[in-house]
Amino acid sequence: MNYTFIALVENKPGVLNRVASLFRRRNFNIESLAVGRTDNPEVSRMTIVVDCPNGDMDAHRIEANLYKLVNVIDVQDVTHQPNVTRDLALIKVMVKPERRAEVNGLAEIFRARIVDVAPDSVIVEITGTEDKIEGMIELLRPIGIVEMVRTGQVSMTRGVHDGVRRMPGMSDRHFADVSVAAMVP
Amino acid sequence: MKLKGAEIVWECLTREGVDVVFGYPGGANMPIYDAMLNYPVHHVLVRHEQGAAHMADGYARVSGKVGVAMATSGPGATNLVTGICTAMMDSVPTVFITGQVAAHLIGGDAFQETDVTGITLPITKHNYLVTRVEEIAETIREAFYIARSGRPGPVLIDICKNAQVESCEFEYPDEPKLVGYQPVTRSPRNLLDDAVALIEKAKKPVILCGHGVLMSKAEEELMQFAVKTQTPVTSTLLGLGAFPASHPLSLGMMGMHGEAYANNAIQNSDLILAFGMRFDDRVTGTLKTYAPKAKKIHIEIDPSEVHKNVFVDVPLVGDVKTVVSDLIPLVDEYDHDEWLEEINGWKSEVDSRSIMNWQDDGKLYVAHLISDIWKATGGGAIVTTDVGQHQMWTAQYYQLEKPNRWLTSGGAGTMGFGLPSAIGAWFAAKDQEIWAVAGDGGFQMTAAELTTAVQEGANVKVAIMNNQYLGMVRQWQEFFFDKRYSAVNMLTPDFVKLAEAHGVPARRVTKREEVNEAIEWARKTEGPVVLEFRVEQEEAVYPMVPAGAALHEMIRRPVKQ
Repeated sequence: MNYTFIALVENKPGVLNRVASLFRRRNFNIESLAVGRTDNPEVSRMTIVVDCPNGDMDAHRIEANLYKLVNVIDVQDVTHQPNVTRDLALIKVMVKPERRAEVNGLAEIFRARIVDVAPDSVIVEITGTEDKIEGMIELLRPIGIVEMVRTGQVSMTRGVHDGVRRMPGMSDRHFADVSVAAMVP
Repeated sequence: MKLKGAEIVWECLTREGVDVVFGYPGGANMPIYDAMLNYPVHHVLVRHEQGAAHMADGYARVSGKVGVAMATSGPGATNLVTGICTAMMDSVPTVFITGQVAAHLIGGDAFQETDVTGITLPITKHNYLVTRVEEIAETIREAFYIARSGRPGPVLIDICKNAQVESCEFEYPDEPKLVGYQPVTRSPRNLLDDAVALIEKAKKPVILCGHGVLMSKAEEELMQFAVKTQTPVTSTLLGLGAFPASHPLSLGMMGMHGEAYANNAIQNSDLILAFGMRFDDRVTGTLKTYAPKAKKIHIEIDPSEVHKNVFVDVPLVGDVKTVVSDLIPLVDEYDHDEWLEEINGWKSEVDSRSIMNWQDDGKLYVAHLISDIWKATGGGAIVTTDVGQHQMWTAQYYQLEKPNRWLTSGGAGTMGFGLPSAIGAWFAAKDQEIWAVAGDGGFQMTAAELTTAVQEGANVKVAIMNNQYLGMVRQWQEFFFDKRYSAVNMLTPDFVKLAEAHGVPARRVTKREEVNEAIEWARKTEGPVVLEFRVEQEEAVYPMVPAGAALHEMIRRPVKQ
């Protein structure tokens, strides 16, 4: 199944390569990876979605190996935490003016927006969970998708909840499920 | 004080206590080599950069300090790769400093430009590309801290040529500035209590002693714990020497070519205490049937090693020395007489098969030769090996009593490691006797370092076990490929002449009766010496756990009629 990790890393050259290289080296497949700066310009935040065929066992390996990277500051597994997850897609649809209303209607249902209109095409911007975007894509496909781009998933836990840190031996028997708040002084 | 980048490199290195570096100059590190002349550091000019890496590695393993090797950009740096990988797999604290083309040329395929940080990314603990002079001091400070702390390992610093010649204000940071990197050293009390509960219940415990015991200098604590709880100790290949081989609780080496009674002890135990080891496939055999009845306690500094190969009941993440010290007062004294009796039963059965009890048939056997060297040196020499059959025989028959005198490439299995690592070891322990045991194959991979040994006057004795085969591959082909020998029959040069051409005194030994005299001659001769032993060609290392078999399913040495 897919696990979602949030990693805070130092904003330095080559760090993305180190993280990506780790997944290749340890034979994990990245489903999606989104990176950007945080409110602290020295810190970047990554949301990494990874296929973990062996469940928590793999999640532990991924966390422990991420921590081995010197530039990684913090790792949280938010898979089983209440969280807000978003993906953004821009979809260019080939559509003649007479069928534009149809696309408009779909966009309205999905709370998507038309952000560009050309004589024979429109660009639809949609934000939401992966499922929602997939649903929109399926409905636009018969009309004619010419181009599409997606940002990849970004996640944030709700409220005061933090993600899970599985540091073996830090507290509990197998994987210590420690609240991040308790870890950071 | 304003200094040039190249000078800052040496200011930093001397502050880190570096007094010897192994390396090779070239276009992209010439400013560093120029500045070196003004600093009290001895430079060892190698014949190939792989040799420099292994020497730094050997120096680190014996001294416990960080070993340093240098190379220029491009091919100089890529020649280090095998040595860096070797240090990575065996967690040896090393720092590699490579020259890089000027920062403005990077990415332009300049002469001798190579993406060295890219190449070494998966085989270093961490690496740096330094493009500005201002970054040099803090980078070197961090590199040494990372190399020696937590689970040690190699760190590479690639320094652009412009940074070497530019100047800036030099100040050495007191503390490394690392936000994320924080190794865990101590396990929490509740987990220690869980471990103690398992230890109390155990009837058949066994300690698996790994390299981590040596890295954290926990030999004393291991001894106290083993004696207090009367728990037998078996070692990984790299853990040898941490527990004296002659101790009644010692079971010698475990694993693919481990002692049969050690493997049997593991398979029959009800509690495994893994001290600083990582359940490598060479010590577990197939995981499906590994120690099926045993609960497992794993003391390990690297959290990513916990549950990696073997799921354990109590993980104690931390420094072995600290964790075992914390455990000792919590455990009671036990006796496990019945269990030790059972193990002794397996031990006595081994004698009937032992090659040591063979009658002299005029042939030279490596096992006998290692034992002869062991006797001659009183078991106290520093011993390095290459990789293959002779490595396993040395592990089996050079019975180590003391730590940090056993240098072998365990994780990476790097041929050519023996001679250069012995030269590196000599710089850490010039007053000690040092023997490099090599096969004819591995020796030829780094034989050029003989000249380095001569130039430096390194007092290392090289014993080449020449069976004119790549022996371990031959053994596998004999056992598992119907004796179809493919590319293992190796023509060897005249090693005596080869050594003498390098200015190294050498002798060839072909007869049993010449052995002891030759060993004594080598020991008495000052400086590097080569002994070539013409050994039995088709001898095999026993016992052997075939790849993928269970640890107790060993191929045993046939009982000799």
